[in-house]
Amino acid sequence: MSVPVLVFASYADAFGARTVTVPVPVPCTVADVITAMRELPGGHRLPGKLLVAVNYVYARPESPVRDGDEVALIPPVAGG
Amino acid sequence: MTVSTPDALIEIVGAPIDLTRLVAHVQHAGVGAVATFLGTVRDVNDGRNVTGIDYEAYQPMAEAEMRAIAAELGAQWEGLSVAIVHRVGTLGIGDVSVAIACAHARRAPAADAMRTAIEALKVRVPIWKRERYADGEWTWVDPTRSSGSGEPA
Repeated sequence: MSVPVLVFASYADAFGARTVTVPVPVPCTVADVITAMRELPGGHRLPGKLLVAVNYVYARPESPVRDGDEVALIPPVAGG
Repeated sequence: MTVSTPDALIEIVGAPIDLTRLVAHVQHAGVGAVATFLGTVRDVNDGRNVTGIDYEAYQPMAEAEMRAIAAELGAQWEGLSVAIVHRVGTLGIGDVSVAIACAHARRAPAADAMRTAIEALKVRVPIWKRERYADGEWTWVDPTRSSGSGEPA
């Protein structure tokens, strides 16, 4: 399947887009999404450690990603 | 008189923040102390002259995280009422980027909760800022790669 991944801030700059759709295996985990993102043009600009949210909650690498989930790559936060 | 604690006021907004609205939200008859915090855009960071900051948020998740912070504070200090509002978009020097109001019967819980809220927001809530500098350059701020030359507000 393919999963749309939301990207923000410096990551959006890296990909030149705010949403990037990546092909992933089924079943799919957060780690699979990260692997696919790194292979895209611009993916080499991502840092070694990546935070991912699934359906608005921080997710672990082994967390499942299912069709229809909202997946987002979260750069280091800097609010305030 | 027993008054139920109001639900937390949690918002990401694109317009200037009105602190009095947050204070009015957390106020009720059982409140004896309201602690407030304003984060503002300052003109120097890491030794560079800052002319403005663009804030960006993952809005639904940012609001969910702020709501979770408010719920955790409420569990820690019974009777606490909380308002957290963060602004996004282009802000100039002195503009308020975030406002917090915590109200409680007593001052210590109100003040401690306010401090806990801003510290939690800074490490958990998906909001980013791009600093613009006087020399025309800009950069996304990454607190995990701080130069260590100054403690951010």
